[in-house]
This record gives sequence, structure tokens and C-alpha cells, in this order.
Amino acid sequence: MNIHALYNNDTYLIKSIKIIHSHNYEIYEVYSPFPIHNLTQVLKLKKTNLSFFSFIYGLLGLCIACALTWYTMIWDWPQNIGGKPSFSWIKNLPSFIPVIFEFSIYFSAHFMCITYLIQCRLFPGRIPKNPDPRTTDNMFLIEIHTKKNAEKLIDLLKKNGAIEIMIKKY
Amino acid sequence: MFNHYESSTRKPLILGKKTLKNITDDIFNPIKNKAGNLWWISFFISILAFLWGLGCIFYTIGTGIGVWGLNRTINWAWDITNFVWWVGIGHAGTLISAVLLLFRQKWRLSINRSAEAMTIFAVIQAGLFPIIHMGRPWNAHWVLPIPNQFGTLWPNFNSPLLWDVFAISTYFSVSTVFWFMGLIPDFAMIRDRISDPFQKKIYSILSFGWGGTSKDWQRFEELSLILAGLCTPLVFSVHTIVSFDFSTSVIKGWHSTIFPPYFVAGAIFSGFAMVQTLLGVARKVLSLESYITRNHIEYMNMIILLTGGIVLLAYISEFILAWYSGNAFEKFIYFSVEAAKGPFWWAFWSLIICNIIIPQFLWIKSVRRSFFWSYVIAIIINIGMWFERFDIIVLNLSHDYLPSSWTGFIPSFVDVGIFIGTIGLFFILYLLYIRTFPVISQSELKTILKTDYNKK
Repeated sequence: MNIHALYNNDTYLIKSIKIIHSHNYEIYEVYSPFPIHNLTQVLKLKKTNLSFFSFIYGLLGLCIACALTWYTMIWDWPQNIGGKPSFSWIKNLPSFIPVIFEFSIYFSAHFMCITYLIQCRLFPGRIPKNPDPRTTDNMFLIEIHTKKNAEKLIDLLKKNGAIEIMIKKY
Repeated sequence: MFNHYESSTRKPLILGKKTLKNITDDIFNPIKNKAGNLWWISFFISILAFLWGLGCIFYTIGTGIGVWGLNRTINWAWDITNFVWWVGIGHAGTLISAVLLLFRQKWRLSINRSAEAMTIFAVIQAGLFPIIHMGRPWNAHWVLPIPNQFGTLWPNFNSPLLWDVFAISTYFSVSTVFWFMGLIPDFAMIRDRISDPFQKKIYSILSFGWGGTSKDWQRFEELSLILAGLCTPLVFSVHTIVSFDFSTSVIKGWHSTIFPPYFVAGAIFSGFAMVQTLLGVARKVLSLESYITRNHIEYMNMIILLTGGIVLLAYISEFILAWYSGNAFEKFIYFSVEAAKGPFWWAFWSLIICNIIIPQFLWIKSVRRSFFWSYVIAIIINIGMWFERFDIIVLNLSHDYLPSSWTGFIPSFVDVGIFIGTIGLFFILYLLYIRTFPVISQSELKTILKTDYNKK
């Protein structure tokens, strides 16, 4: 059984989640129109690894920029421009730093965003994830999948601030 | 429903007793409703300006950059002035979004979306000038390190002009991504409200199927924070690198180590002035008086005062160092006694009046909190910052090391036309944006209300 409980207040939402947990019902998903900060702790969500990926992508950009500047300026076609040393990458490094820096940021930002979209399974034209359009406006929704006594759960939800409850059978 | 609560120790960021629903409606209505007369008049004027500019661009490309007012001595003038001016304007957007996000400044929430859009549109205008200035814009891709038919022909990574290419394009693309990622939840809000099937389809595509699940929000917040962290050094690097175009050269008045911080401060100064200008329009046209309040205007004016102070300090340093150096050529730099009374005295004094004298009125609280005066001063600063770039470039080039080549500069109608064309294009993009995209980050703004009624 798939139960959707709608709330119009995030304080009641959090309170309700705690109560649902305490009665050993499993919350499948929570939808909200804005980020709720203590929701992560209440739902015991795992920390995201986006920052780690971002760092790795930045390193990748840095390495590619180093390789590119070395290959083009030192190895493939060393030119003496303005008397700058053209046969040593390390001596040329100060003038490559701006490009290396920009490459690192570029890689870090773009690949992290792509990773984020993949992790969240977001892509152009995807069917909206939220079961009720009001959750992008002013409503909060808890989705519970249960095989246990639904009536008891519905009672519990009603008592704790749910303004609407919808039941869908699988 | 909940009444809006405002802490007694902090000035309110949203006026009126707004609820979550009100915020959604206030942001959605300008997109749902038909455009007003004011919008159409502004759009028509912008189109005219743009078409004039477009004609001038085609004339330049068809004939050559000889149609500009450039000469042998002043081979950069109006065009690079416009480039630096537009890049500078593009700075405040990401600064408001990224730096103020890192500093947890909630007042950014009403203005960051407009500011980010402004960044992107301004950088588009900036990018046009170097490309047109190449003379052969169809070869513009040669600045990228891509294999080509000439074999070992690579761009010169030692050149500050190439650093510009990488800095501006990275800044543009990262700012666009930052802007777009923040828009996804707001697009979803529009998708779920709009009734027209075609528009629904478009917003469905743009919203990427966003549903606002707890995990999505958790990742979204992490993403915003890291992107802000990445954008912050980017903001500083871009104008630093633009300043390297000048400071790594051997032209007197340009080879100055103060240029990077001075340019960054100047860019933020002019960027915030442009945000004030645009928000002054958006506030009235879109009826956002409850969200863009006197406090927002005042906070931005405070940053304008701060960055204006840094810029003033840089002006003083330039003046004193030119005098103290005892170098005969430094006497003719853009900040010198000779500049003040020479053939470009009008540009010099425009800079002094617009950038130094007029902004000092912002020290007066009633002026700082006045919509009208803030708007007027912001426009004056925009003009003054244009003159600053003009002075740096044209004044320094006009008196080079060889007195026989000293010369003046008179812009041609093509120079003026292209500049006005970019202003037209900028406003076209901005006007289209405020009609189709959510101008305020409604999902983030709702978090302020949430905090408020939690305290109830």
C-alpha cells in the first residue's frame, strides 16, 4: 500500500516523520518545495559524495591543463615569445598558471553538475518525480510504503498534522 | 495559515505577511500574465538599439576595423573599454550569489537570480568585442587549442590575451551552470502551475523532472555550496586576468601591480551599480516591492561604498606613484596632473565626478535607503566606470614613449553604434528573461519563511 500524507507546514512534517519512525513504519520518500535543513538528520540520509567528486574532477582538469601546456608550448612547437624560456615547462609555469587554474575550475564545476544530475536521475524531459504538483508550491508530502495495518497509520498521520491523506494500492 | 514572523533584531527581508503560497504566486504571475505596456516599450527600444548595433557589426566585418576611430597609436580604444566594462558588470552577479552564499547572507535571496542572469548577459556582450576586434571573427576558434589544418599551430599560453579567453569562457560557462542548476526547482514550480500545453512542455524539459525529494535537496544544497566555493575564486581570477592584459605590458600607466585588486574592486563596484539599475526596473515592472526592499538597496549601497573606497584608494596610489616615480612618461598617465588638464580632461573629470564625488552621497542614510537616489547614483557609477576604462586605455595609449606618435581619439559612428547595440542586446535578453524565467529564487526564499514560522 502506498500512502501519501500532505502537510502545509514543515514543523508538523518533521514531527510527523519522527512519530512515523517511532512506530516502525518505513518512509519511502519526502517531497518539499524547499530544502529543510534538519530533514537530512531526521531521515538519516547518507552524506553526499559530491564534494569528493568535485575535488577529483578539479585534479583531472589540473593534470589535463599541465599536459596541454607542456605538449603545445614545450614539446610540439617551442617558440621564443618575449624571451620567455621555451624549452622548460617548469620555468614557463608562472605564465601557465592562469590557464591551469581555469581548467581546474572548469572541470570541477561541470563534471560535478553532470554527476549531480546522474545521481539524482534528472534529465531533460523526465517525468516529474513528485506525485503531487502542490509539493513545488506550499505543500510537503510523505510517501510511505507499507504492508502493515494502514488504518492505524492513517490515524497517526491525521493526529499529527496531515491535512490530506491519499491511499494507493500497488 | 502561518503569519509571517520577523525577528525584532533583524530588519525584515520580506515585507507584508507573506505565506509560501504568496511567494509562489508572486514569482509565477509575471510569467503567467501578459506583458504590460512598459515592457513592450522597453523591448521595442532595445530591439532598435540592437539592430543599429548589428548593422554596425556587419559594416565592420564587411569593411574592416578601419571604420572604427582607431589609429596607429591608439589601436585599442572604445571596443576594449566596452569589453572591460561589460566584464566588470558581469561580476556582481556571481559575487552576490557565490560570495554572499558562503557568508550566509540571506538578503541575497531576493536579488541573486536577477544578478546571475545579468552576469551571463553582460559576459555575452563582453565576449563580442574581442571577437569583432579580431577583424576576422570567422577565425575566432583559432584561440582554442584544437587541432587545425596548419599542423603545429597552437595558441600562445604565455599570452594574457589567451588567459582572457580561458578566464572569460570558464567564468561564463560556470556562471551559466550555477544559474541553471539553481533554476531547476523553480522551473518545476512553473511546470506544475502553468496551463498552456506548449509552455508546460518547455518547462517540463527545463525542469529535468525535478520533484524535490529529500535526497535531491540534500545534494542540491551541497552542489550550490561547492559551486559557490568554485565561483568565488573565479570571480576574483577573471578580472585579475583581464587586468593582466594591461599590467603585463610595457605601456606606461599600464604596467602596474595594483591593477588586479583595483580591477576586481572596480568590477564589483560597477557590477553592483548595474544590479541596482536592473532591480530598480524589475521591482516596479514585476511588482516585487515586497521582496526587493529598502534594506536590500541599502546593503548593496554599502558594498558600493566599500568597493568605491577601494577604487578611490587605487586612484590615489596611481596618482602618487606616477608623481613619485619622476618618470617623464608617467606624468601623462591616466591619473596625473597632465591628464586632468590635457586633451582628455573631460574624460578625466567625468571619472572623478561619477566615481569619486557622487557616490559619497551614499554615506547619507536617507540617500542610501532611497530607491530614487540609489537608482540615479547607480546609473552615474555605471557611466563613471565606463570612463575609468576609457581613461586607462585611451589616455595611456595617446601619449606613448615616442612623442611624434602622440595622438588623439575620436570614436566613429560605428564605435558608438556597436556599443549601443550591445546595450540593446543586453536589455533584450534581460527583458525576455524576466518574462519567462523566475526572477527570484522562490524555493530558496521560502526557507526564510520556514525559519520564521518555526519560531512560532
